[in-house]
Formats: sequence, structure tokens, C-alpha cells
Amino acid sequence: MRRNVLFWLSLVLMMAALYLVFVYVPTEKEMGIVQRIFYLMVPVGWLSLLSFLIIFIASIFYLTKREIKWDNLGYSAAEVGIVFTTLTLVVGSIWAKPVWGVWWTWEPRLTSTLVLWLIYLAYFIVRAFATEESRGATFAAVVGIIGFIDIPIVALATTLWRGMHPAPIIFKGGLAPPMLFTLLVSLTAFTVFYFLLLRQRVSLREAEVEIKRLKKLGD
Amino acid sequence: MENASYVFAAFAIVWAVLFGYVLLLFNRQRRLRQEINSLKEMLKEKGTEQRPAHH
Repeated sequence: MRRNVLFWLSLVLMMAALYLVFVYVPTEKEMGIVQRIFYLMVPVGWLSLLSFLIIFIASIFYLTKREIKWDNLGYSAAEVGIVFTTLTLVVGSIWAKPVWGVWWTWEPRLTSTLVLWLIYLAYFIVRAFATEESRGATFAAVVGIIGFIDIPIVALATTLWRGMHPAPIIFKGGLAPPMLFTLLVSLTAFTVFYFLLLRQRVSLREAEVEIKRLKKLGD
Repeated sequence: MENASYVFAAFAIVWAVLFGYVLLLFNRQRRLRQEINSLKEMLKEKGTEQRPAHH
């Protein structure tokens, strides 16, 4: 029942967000129509960071309690998170080309986001090379805790260092009300969708773990 | 590439990737549920006792 509610809520919010982005919100004066990528960029970027926060918390609980459910949550958040981090890099690149004239530049925000993507990758690699499942889960949890260092670096990169990526204006009242409203709806839509995906992935992970357990019992 | 094309490309890629990922999850879920059911049937026939999972 709750999954259906989440699904329909996500669908309605996404439709609303698309309407606001392409019909309602006025075109920004300096960048023109390409600025509308902003309403996509911020949500996928936010979710790449949120995912790692979930991994961080799940990793701490896994190492202290040693319960599989925390490893399942961490693994699932890592998989969904790497999808959104990949999208952050791709969308960022697509936006960079018309605005900066390049697909990529080694500036602080982009570079630290790439590092985040590599940390996500490391989370899976340490599992793949572990000799036992529980050992792999432990190594991954360690990556999940240490790798969290990159999150504040990504978040504060535009404030701490001068780069091409613009500094945040959302919290300084730099967005006109229709733009802020559109951004908030888009953020909410994507966040609800994210939790729908995460919930589905956790369920899948639990099924995978259960199958392994049943197969071991059968042997 | 016109600026509107960049906007279209960004939204199209995001939606394609997310839609593809959702399809992947649902297909895997269906296959895994079938596998769990057949394993449980097999274990019932063997009369194996079930224990909760723990590392």
C-alpha cells in the first residue's frame, strides 16, 4: 500500500515539476533557456550526496550492530547513489558545454564530485575482492565511513575555493520566487522518487540475501 | 548544438537512465521472487529448518 502511495505521489510531483520547468518558470536573463537544466542539476546533485549520507549512517550501524539489514541499506543506497552521481556528472557536463564552452574542467566542484563517484565505485570494488561476504560488507562499511569526508568538500567546494562553478545563491535569496518554487517542487519530486527507488532496491537486496541463505541451507 | 538541445538532452538522458534502472529493478525483483519460492518448496521437501540471517 505504502509503495503505491509513494509511486503515485512521485508520478504526480514529477508531472508537476515538468510543467513548472517547461511552462511556468520564466527564462533566466543571462543564461537563457539552458538555465532550465538547473532544475534537474540541483536534484540529482542533492541525491548523490543524500545517498552517501545514508551509506555513512548504515555503515556505522552495520559495524556496531553487525545486522544484515544495515548492510542491505548501505549497499542499496550505494547502487542508487552511483546512478545519481553519474547523472550529476553527465548533466553537469551537458550544462557546462554551452555555458563554459567545455564539457569538463578540473575545477573544485566538478573534481570533488568525480572523487565522490570514485568512492562509490570503491564501495563495490572492495566487496567484489573480499574472500567472504561478511568481510566484504565490513570493508565496504569502512569505505562508507571514510568516504563521507568528500561530502562536505563537494557541498562547500564553491564556497571554499574559487572555481568556474557558481557559488550557491539559493539560501541568499538570489532566486526569484517562481524559480525557487519550481526548484523546490523539482527537489521534492526527485527526492520522493529516490526513496521509491531505494525502497525497491532494499527489497531486492533482501531477496538476494535470502536466496543465498536458502541455497546454503539446501547444500 | 542549440541551447534548447542541451536542455532536451539533459532531461532525456536523466529520464532514460532512471526509467531503465526502474525496469531493471522490477525485472530482477520478479525473477528473484520466483527463485525464492522454488527454493522454499525444495527446502520444504527436504524438511530443512529455517534460521534468521546474521553475519
